[in-house]
Amino acid sequence: MSGREDFAVNLASRHARGDRWRLMFMLSTLLAIVFLGALILTIVDDAFGYVVMVDEVDQRSLVPDDERLESLDAEALRAVIDERLSPRRYRAIERERPFDERTAADLYDIVLYEIVKPRVAETYTLFESLFARRSIVEETTLAHPDGELVFRSWVNMRFLSTSQTARPLTTGVLTAVKGSILTISITILFSFPVGIAAAIWLEEYAGDNRLNRFIQVNIYNLAGVPSIIYGMLGLAIFVRGLERFTSGSAFGASTSGEVANGRTILSAGLTLAILILPVIIINAQEAIRAIPGSLRQSSLAVGATKWQTIWHQVLPASFDRILTGAVLAVSRAIGETAPLVVVGASTFLTQDPTGVFSKFTTLPIQIYQWTSRPQAEFRHISAAAIVVLLALMLSLNAFAIFTRNRLRRQKRFG
Amino acid sequence: MKPVQTARYPEEARGALSFGKRFRPHEAVILALLFFCAAVSILTTLGIIVVLGAESSALFKEVSLWEFVSGTSWQPTIGEFGILPLVNATLMTSLAAMLVALPLGLGVAIYLAEYASERVRETLKPILEVLAGVPTVVHGYFALTVVTPALRGLFGQESIEVYNTLSAGLVMGILILPLISSMCEDALSAVPRSLREAAYAMGATKLETSVTIIVPAAFSGIAAAFILGLSRAVGETMIVALAAGAGPNLTLNPLKAAETMTGHIVRISGGDISYDSMDYRSLFAIALVLFLATLALNMVSRSIVKKYREVYE
Amino acid sequence: MRLFKKSAPEANRLEATIGSGDSGQALEAKSLSIFYGEFEAVKRLSIGFERKKVTALIGPSGCGKSTALRAFNRMNELIRGVRTEGEVSFRGVNVYDPDVDAVQVRRWIGMVFQKPNPFSKSIYENIAWGARINGYQGGFDELVENSLKQVALWDEVKDKLKESAYALSGGQQQRLCIARAVALKPEILLMDEPTSALDPISTAKIESLLDDLKKRYTIIIVTHNMQQAGRVSDKTGFMLLGELVEYSDTKELFFNPKDPRTENYISGRFG
Repeated sequence: MSGREDFAVNLASRHARGDRWRLMFMLSTLLAIVFLGALILTIVDDAFGYVVMVDEVDQRSLVPDDERLESLDAEALRAVIDERLSPRRYRAIERERPFDERTAADLYDIVLYEIVKPRVAETYTLFESLFARRSIVEETTLAHPDGELVFRSWVNMRFLSTSQTARPLTTGVLTAVKGSILTISITILFSFPVGIAAAIWLEEYAGDNRLNRFIQVNIYNLAGVPSIIYGMLGLAIFVRGLERFTSGSAFGASTSGEVANGRTILSAGLTLAILILPVIIINAQEAIRAIPGSLRQSSLAVGATKWQTIWHQVLPASFDRILTGAVLAVSRAIGETAPLVVVGASTFLTQDPTGVFSKFTTLPIQIYQWTSRPQAEFRHISAAAIVVLLALMLSLNAFAIFTRNRLRRQKRFG
Repeated sequence: MKPVQTARYPEEARGALSFGKRFRPHEAVILALLFFCAAVSILTTLGIIVVLGAESSALFKEVSLWEFVSGTSWQPTIGEFGILPLVNATLMTSLAAMLVALPLGLGVAIYLAEYASERVRETLKPILEVLAGVPTVVHGYFALTVVTPALRGLFGQESIEVYNTLSAGLVMGILILPLISSMCEDALSAVPRSLREAAYAMGATKLETSVTIIVPAAFSGIAAAFILGLSRAVGETMIVALAAGAGPNLTLNPLKAAETMTGHIVRISGGDISYDSMDYRSLFAIALVLFLATLALNMVSRSIVKKYREVYE
Repeated sequence: MRLFKKSAPEANRLEATIGSGDSGQALEAKSLSIFYGEFEAVKRLSIGFERKKVTALIGPSGCGKSTALRAFNRMNELIRGVRTEGEVSFRGVNVYDPDVDAVQVRRWIGMVFQKPNPFSKSIYENIAWGARINGYQGGFDELVENSLKQVALWDEVKDKLKESAYALSGGQQQRLCIARAVALKPEILLMDEPTSALDPISTAKIESLLDDLKKRYTIIIVTHNMQQAGRVSDKTGFMLLGELVEYSDTKELFFNPKDPRTENYISGRFG
């Protein structure tokens, strides 16, 4: 009857092939996760680990035999400073802040970094430190007999609370963190209102005509423009074209001796704002689109005007989603590096930013600069800075989720 | 009890209802503001085109366009502005990135859309999103401190330079992977369930259904993902700036250092550069090429996506 | 849920037994119960289908007739959270036996769906694809032509075999889907409301096809359209709330129902 003989019996090989490919698909998924894991592990691996410290001046030569430098009081530290610090450095530090006003901890730092001058002779990663401790100890005693092997967390309080300095041991991310936060504040201040307003226009008011369709297509296209192009735009428009405003000279802002030109936090923030604007608009549009038409109709039916409907009904109902989308865009902006390099981030700042007209650096810029240095210490501090950057992004997202959930609760009972 | 009248509507006070059109000045102002905000995007595009166009045309007064697009040497110090070495390096890193991201991204998408259970999918997708959210400078760090040493261990220290396009391209592939996998997964999931059922009802195995029915049906969506991924790779900056090399170099050897278009812009503009110099203008000419290339890729990708939406919706 | 993992010799068990098994029925369900989570959509269904006959399953929507139909070729397994108890006997083999490969079951028990669902391939490929994956060794051109002739579609499409199947009208697409199923030379054709998405003329064409098709295949058709069941089927089963209320010759069921519930449904008192 039916032509079974026409069909080959091939089921076993078909199933075998299916299982092989299933494995392949699983492996590629696994690989993607392994990449993320490797990324995180590398950072953790580099952010902690043993270092071999070698002091230029032996600490024991500075203090009486049975005491340690850490346990000296302010007076004793002053004595060491008076005795050993070169007159030139002495005057420079005195001018910054008189020695008499400094705390013991402060004085200790001066003794340590101005007189003892510890140097990192060798660094190890976390995994080396954990699994090859013995050989590290052997190596150290052989290669650096006066060296001290200490476990160092490159992310530490000092790192977090110190401004930028030239040396990897003493530098910190404070300057960059302040720069990032100031920059991103400008970005948020500009891009949120403009982006949400544009989304309202496109979703609620825009008729289906050529102009509006062009605006919409244009926004989609802008979302795909490489970030570095926005840097070029910022350089030409904000830094050069609007220099009078972005440098603050139009507002009589004194840049306290620093000539910032237009290469200020304001320019950087505005550049990033323009960069994430399309993403914010698209996300906000989706949020507004998700609001059912019945809500608008019921509001219009009690005699509200269109704007009253949007302001009192549509926006509050969609605000949680708008916020989530916007924060996603902002956390992308925090990690942006290339446009800010182009806009003119400073490679080295002696002073923390004080306002929007200051010269700037940001965390990703610091990471970029430290990563491009060949010395091992810089690799470790860039890992530490990455930890700080990721923590900053994470807390921003956590804050957004928290706020969104609160808004949702209010919505449910309100 | 007499009802207490606490407030009256304006119409009541007037004693007559009116249905005439009322002019609401503040709503008109709001409307104008909203439109202006939407129009900011047009200003942005205009700004990009004007800025890039003006500075580039200043360059093209000194350097002929032909010289620019066909020159094989980019050395601004001696007045050589041939973009080919930069374009070549961009293509090499992008190619390496796509070679990583395409098969893996499609594999991940097929696994998530066709094989994974609901729970597995809900666990894996956020992980991929995290991978997509990692700042590119961190990827660059990873390329320089992990992938390059690993490659040098693999190929031998002599045969592979500290900066090389291979390492940058591979890591860029990791960067693009989540983008491609999520777009491909969307495309696969958009294929109607009835097609899967039809295939299974004819005695197809899961693999046969996925690969010979679902993937071809989602082909346009997958193609759009690939093109968008390519556009992202071409415009990606920090990974190549850190790992690919600092100096234009016309080479087809992925183990050698070479500077991409984006890498060159970042390196030169990060240093001290005087406005209105040829150097400065040449950066804008490179940016113009970059802008046009990515714009074209994005538009093609979008039009493909639009087409396949129309097929199923 | 692993659908397809079977060791090789076991996988071919259905294959091995298919020629010899010779019970009176083409397909027989024995106290078949199907659950969606906790909900029992089909309750201990026992029914046998005669060879080379058209059997219709009717009943109000949600009565479990489609669910039951999809259980016969194990399509329900593709939906998460569906559990099946009891057995479906096909050629003397319980298709739910752990040794039996669902892929092979579906290959011998073809299915046509509610909405036409051709693959996004050419008309030719729509038919050749199933034959190719199942290792067909004859000539493909001939197979395509034969299959299309069986559904009276050949004359309409013979000049555009390379064109996309989506270019066809809805009725043509559905006939293509039937052709696609018969190209595998199945024993049984399951049809799940095959005309519910079609216009009356296309419906009439497909109904008249069934008379031809039943010369070669055993057909089980689910329909919510009583008139259709009356026109095309030899036997009819009436299902209500997951139970088979009455099952007999179509004429008998329509003109002389034994159960008052059947009578109510047929006279249009509910449904």
